[in-house]
Amino acid sequence: MGGAGRYVWGAYGAVALALGAEILMLRARTRRARDLARRSSDWSKKEVQ
Amino acid sequence: MQTEAIRPLRFGFHRFAAPSEFYRLAGRLIPWFGTLAAALAAFALYLGFFVAPTDFQQGEVYRIIFIHVPAAWMAMFIYAVMAFWAGFGMAFNTRMSSMWACAMAPTGALMAFLALWTGALWGRPAWGAYWAWDARMTSTLILLFLYVGFMALHAAIDEPRRADRAAGVLALVGVVNLPIIYFSVQWWNSLHQGASISLTRAPTMAATMLEAMFVMMFAFWMYSIAASLARARAILLEREKRSSWVQALVSGEPEH
Repeated sequence: MGGAGRYVWGAYGAVALALGAEILMLRARTRRARDLARRSSDWSKKEVQ
Repeated sequence: MQTEAIRPLRFGFHRFAAPSEFYRLAGRLIPWFGTLAAALAAFALYLGFFVAPTDFQQGEVYRIIFIHVPAAWMAMFIYAVMAFWAGFGMAFNTRMSSMWACAMAPTGALMAFLALWTGALWGRPAWGAYWAWDARMTSTLILLFLYVGFMALHAAIDEPRRADRAAGVLALVGVVNLPIIYFSVQWWNSLHQGASISLTRAPTMAATMLEAMFVMMFAFWMYSIAASLARARAILLEREKRSSWVQALVSGEPEH
């Protein structure tokens, strides 16, 4: 890379890391949202009973 | 007096304004956009590293352009679309429009951050400095602040519709920053290089470099759509958790 390796791979590495982190955080958020909705459903059923 | 029932349009895209319909559609679309993003990114990396030649002046370090420019373009494009949907949601009181604006904001902020980060890593070997208070860099930093401000303002207000309206106003006001970013290299003496691509003259970049950059831009675009759709689904589950369609979804029952 003619001495530019740390800059080029640093840039591409940062992009890969950031996008990967975003995907993982999105999956975690969706899982949390579904769990919260499921708990809301359970609470509603208990109130009705 | 009886009125005629309004017959629904046969090809009514307006039905996707309903959260339950949008949720289902988004779930079907995410794999397609994600796969397209990955394939385009792989092709762009091949073009950028194995086809595009070494730059005469900058050597190999110029290859950062294949992620820097697409990230910068997407940061601006996502902001414009986000502001449009925020304004649409305020004007027509549509919940889905505001939720979609909220779904795009974090991805747009990430793109703005990556544009600044990759730009800094390119600036050090090219200009001798990671950062300068140059017009384009400063206005892009302001864009990042606008994204963060949008998300922070929305999170600070408990009532979702009020939060949508307040953040929407900020998004619309911030739109003025987009032409500032774009024209900054013309309006001010700028360290940042001028536009290599213009609507009125031939590009100043080699064709292979241009191809790799455009393919990567489409990859970033497809990724942004996939990420925004996934976030919109999470937002829908959070906001609509007590609605019948969400209750049916999480309990695995058919919707009534």
